[in-house]
Amino acid sequence: MIRKEMIAMLLAGGQGSRLGVLTARVAKPAVAFGGKYRIIDFPLSNCINSGIDTVGVLTQYQPLRLNTHIGIGIPWDLDRNNGGVTVLPPYEKSDNSEWYTGTANAIYQNMNYMEQYHPEYVLILSGDHIYKMDYEVMLDFHKENQADVTIATMPVSMEEASRFGIVIADEEKKILEFEEKPEHPRSNLASMGIYIFSWKVLKEALIAMKDQKSCDFGKHIIPYCHEGGKRLFAYEYNGYWKDVGTLGSYWEANMELIDLIPEFNLYEEYWKIYTKSDIIEPQYLSSESVVERSIIGEGSEILGEVHSSVLGAGVSIGKGSVVRDSIIMKGTCIGENVMIDKAIVAENCVIGDRVRIGVGEEAPNQFNEKVYAFGLVTIGEDSVIPSDVSIGKNTAVSGVTTKEDYPTGTLFSGEVIIKAGDAE
Amino acid sequence: MKAVGIILAGGNNSRMQELSNKRAIAAMPVGGSYRSIDFALSNMSNSHIQTVAVLTQYSARSLNEHLSSSKWWDFGRKQGGLYVFNPTVTVDNSWWYRGTADAMYQNINFLKRRHEPYVIISSGDCVYKLDFNEVLDYHISKKADITVVCKDMEPGIDVSRYGVIRMNEDARVVEFEEKPMVSHSNTISAGIYIVRRRQLIEMLERSADEDRWDFVTDILIRYKNMKRIFGYKMKEYWSNIASVDSYYQTNMDFLKPEVRRYFFREEPTIYSKVDDLPPAKYNAGSDVRNSLIASGCIINSKVENSVLFKKVFVGKNCVIKNSVILNDVYIGDNTHIENCIVESRDTLKANTYYCGENEIKVVYENNERYVL
Repeated sequence: MIRKEMIAMLLAGGQGSRLGVLTARVAKPAVAFGGKYRIIDFPLSNCINSGIDTVGVLTQYQPLRLNTHIGIGIPWDLDRNNGGVTVLPPYEKSDNSEWYTGTANAIYQNMNYMEQYHPEYVLILSGDHIYKMDYEVMLDFHKENQADVTIATMPVSMEEASRFGIVIADEEKKILEFEEKPEHPRSNLASMGIYIFSWKVLKEALIAMKDQKSCDFGKHIIPYCHEGGKRLFAYEYNGYWKDVGTLGSYWEANMELIDLIPEFNLYEEYWKIYTKSDIIEPQYLSSESVVERSIIGEGSEILGEVHSSVLGAGVSIGKGSVVRDSIIMKGTCIGENVMIDKAIVAENCVIGDRVRIGVGEEAPNQFNEKVYAFGLVTIGEDSVIPSDVSIGKNTAVSGVTTKEDYPTGTLFSGEVIIKAGDAE
Repeated sequence: MKAVGIILAGGNNSRMQELSNKRAIAAMPVGGSYRSIDFALSNMSNSHIQTVAVLTQYSARSLNEHLSSSKWWDFGRKQGGLYVFNPTVTVDNSWWYRGTADAMYQNINFLKRRHEPYVIISSGDCVYKLDFNEVLDYHISKKADITVVCKDMEPGIDVSRYGVIRMNEDARVVEFEEKPMVSHSNTISAGIYIVRRRQLIEMLERSADEDRWDFVTDILIRYKNMKRIFGYKMKEYWSNIASVDSYYQTNMDFLKPEVRRYFFREEPTIYSKVDDLPPAKYNAGSDVRNSLIASGCIINSKVENSVLFKKVFVGKNCVIKNSVILNDVYIGDNTHIENCIVESRDTLKANTYYCGENEIKVVYENNERYVL
């Protein structure tokens, strides 16, 4: 019988709709981060670094990139004879076939997967946070307290607390109460969406709540356990943790890596972050290039200027072009004499010569004011921008655009061109 | 593919000076992200050779570490695989490899047990791309016993450290001189050969009976008039790195756009072990011109016409010019490095000055590194 002390279930099926065109064709956990990585690399690397070698990855929304990235888990050493990584998409059953309707529902539908490892504990993770965390330390805390459920929490400022699920705990960190996005928070311990369950408790709760619509951990399972008198504890985490849920926070988290000694340091020997890298050659900086305060991925060719930016692998920047305060993802090709200011350009885009991105005054986005804000220009993957056009702030472009799409030669601040299918 | 591969990676060369103190030449870092042997291995993998034996002897630790997993080159299949053969003591042999032919002879059971009709032999210290299928087609069409891949060197280049070849109109090798003092040809052997497997076994056994151990002098040159030996000329980039000058030059070649495009952009790809390093980081004060920078580097100052391998740290107010900095070197503030090759894992103290005056200087320090 295979027996694993703790297995991890990684929820990676969400769209992350607040990332706009970036997640039009990929799930949020597969979005590139930090010049080389994808968001899911952080929880996956944390797992293997914490000694967890059995990880189920639950996928649903646009899973192709995620599936290709994970493969059989080689980059994370998760290709195992026993356990390893398993991608778990929703599947058809003899009756009651359904999509994953909520976080806990997704886990419930994979009861058989968990059962085959006879775990004592199950770690629930989400695939959309940037952090380094030793789950083994959290498990020790769980055991010490003889807890049934341990929730990872992090102190936030009182002003921010109303944006999170807040946990109220006593001195022993035993949880007394919860508040979901409270107006007047009584504590500043925010839930990070990371849970350790003792297997029996989780199994019982999932079965008891199986008919709950859109069964969710935060909304249903945790309250159910709490009401049932189970021992719930708050594990306090004090390291770097970033939810990259919006374009603004995603951009910011990337920019923070540029700092001289960033709070989140990828250059430490300890706790490596692993990823699948198919480009391995060195990058080339030409005689005319200027690069400062930037991070650049493998195989990129820089003939222009790059300031305060994060560039992925295999990016090329033409002569006379200037990139500033921007994120340029893998395989994107930028022509000559282009000016890019405060933009997120997704993978494999082609930007024509003399294009100006991020010009003019800010204006609220007409299509989705909440998503396309922060003064950013967002360009979805595989997009093409023709030569000589200008693009304003708080804008989004997705798909192959031609000169006809820019009748005045300018996409004004707050406007959007979306040509690629089901982008939101 | 109807061939097994053998990579000769046991060698050392005094022309490498201090650089070969630490490792066999085949394990020398090349082109920012690779090791020399990656080129032969990738060529074999890309030519669909499934079984490759690497013969090592001299200072093989670094090489063995690089080859610790065969997955990077897509070997390690159920059929075939990557084998590393170090010299071993057996009941009837207690010798080191006495030469390239002996290295193969001591592993003759490997050759005898395979079923592929041909053997492709390549040295591990050459930087090149080659489709061995094309060479094999040529070998078969010429009804050759041995095919030697060769390369025309630019006129004026000193060929005295190579095997020099003269061929007739039919491309049959009529003259083969190893490291000649004076030479009338500028065609050299690229150190890549194709032989029929049974033929090779027979020649190796016969040479061993006669106490002859070198593949070039005791087989190629000795059998030149008896066997049909043909030359296959390769036109594309080829370079042997086994001297300090050529090692430096080969790395500098990667600064040329056509060489970069050929090796980095065009198919087939050269593979190497993946190191899981973060992307390169350029802090304020960095000023990098015409240089190759590998992953994991952190740069704080001026770098010009240089190749920086993985995980190099360059402090503030340094000048690095026309130099090759190998893996994991730490360079303190205010250091000047010009026309140098800096050995891997070195720590260069702040405020130091290294300059190769009339030749390339090999920097080989042994300073302690203090890590916080």
